[in-house]
Amino acid sequence: MSKTVLIIGGGVAGLEASGVLSKLGYTITIVEASDRIGGKLNRWANLFPTQRPAEEVLNYLKFQLDPNTSIITNTKIDDISLGKTQVSATLSNGNCIQADAVLVSTGFEFFDARKKEEYGYKIYENVITSVDLEQIFKDGKELKTSQGKTPKRIGIIHCVGSRDEKVGNTYCSKVCCVTGVKQAIEIKERIPSCEVFNFYMDLRMFDRHFEDIYKKAQVEHHVQFIRGRLSEAFENPDGSVMIKVEDTLLGKPMKMNLDLVVLMVGFVPSSSSVFLKKGLQLETGNDGFFTPADEHYKTVCSNQKGVFFAGACTGPKTIENTITEARAAALEIATYLNQN
Amino acid sequence: MPDFGYKIAKDRQIDYDENKRLIFSEVAAWEPSIYRCISCGTCAATCSAGQYTDYSLRKLILLVKRGEEQEVITNVSKCLLCGKCQLACPMGVNTRNLILGIQNAVKKTTYAV
Repeated sequence: MSKTVLIIGGGVAGLEASGVLSKLGYTITIVEASDRIGGKLNRWANLFPTQRPAEEVLNYLKFQLDPNTSIITNTKIDDISLGKTQVSATLSNGNCIQADAVLVSTGFEFFDARKKEEYGYKIYENVITSVDLEQIFKDGKELKTSQGKTPKRIGIIHCVGSRDEKVGNTYCSKVCCVTGVKQAIEIKERIPSCEVFNFYMDLRMFDRHFEDIYKKAQVEHHVQFIRGRLSEAFENPDGSVMIKVEDTLLGKPMKMNLDLVVLMVGFVPSSSSVFLKKGLQLETGNDGFFTPADEHYKTVCSNQKGVFFAGACTGPKTIENTITEARAAALEIATYLNQN
Repeated sequence: MPDFGYKIAKDRQIDYDENKRLIFSEVAAWEPSIYRCISCGTCAATCSAGQYTDYSLRKLILLVKRGEEQEVITNVSKCLLCGKCQLACPMGVNTRNLILGIQNAVKKTTYAV
């Protein structure tokens, strides 16, 4: 009988690792808390930096899954513990699972923008998040203000819930900068006459093609980038939002009215990580993300034998990095299982 | 009226809704490479005028974009049009023609002094 791997989380990392491990001859069980596999990809219309449909990557991940993979959705893990060579988990559906190795691929959650109360999310009608905007794109809906008007001026606010000690997240979420640029372009493609402003602290265009789309946003779409972090927002009687920000490159305070404000929400660790940390005795950093055995050369290994990581459970990550890491984790798991 | 020595400080806040940005619309049509500027400051660092005055092309471009036109008018004449900034600019902004465009736009607008 082939050895078994329990994969916790059926998002990008879990699905990719599952496909590779199946090809290597292992029996896989994926436990997914939500009602479907695919994770956050299900909620995204197009991916940076090329604006390809998210569905293409989702279809690839589903296609490469082995038909014999046991996928248990709508299920959480109630109890998990490490034995000498096996991990045992009790699921919320009452079943028990024994596995020879476990992959933690629990990913991340979006920062709850209500915690930045001064930005008015869920208080002001025309303040939405990057996730809400992506959902509008995904549903193919027209972008309107809550008053049903076509917005003439939209502000995109970077670093919401990232690099912010007050909300407890000191880290950079890595992908929101480029998402902000991507969404700015997508707004301009839909409503060319709309003025779009990105308010940023730094633009971290670290990866291939990122700098290109930043330039495209400025040169082709005339998106304006203003260096300054939004300090406060007020709702006008007509529903538009007055914002105050410093134009730090001019050294002057500035105010302007926006018809729609889009908050670029960052990553926070999955809520399940607290429970898994306790059950599997794993290590996390001050930021709540799991700490791998070594942050340079053992990024997919944990401090526990037989427990592995892939994807954003060890920190904010792009999809391509997650997929690469999932394959690395699969190989690491296979090596481990061969030795034991 | 006795003079108590108080006065009302001028609001230095940029009011984006009130500002007209007349110079910007002229200049963007005249020299579209203004859209390529990433506010890096290379131009201002190499600028001979900036060495002795508070002139900065990086700031001037932003003032134009925000519509702070009085400040544009007081600053644009400080440029010597030597063109060093154009050699330094990493984004290929045609800075010299851009400044000429700003100077022309200033003359055309009602703000001209």
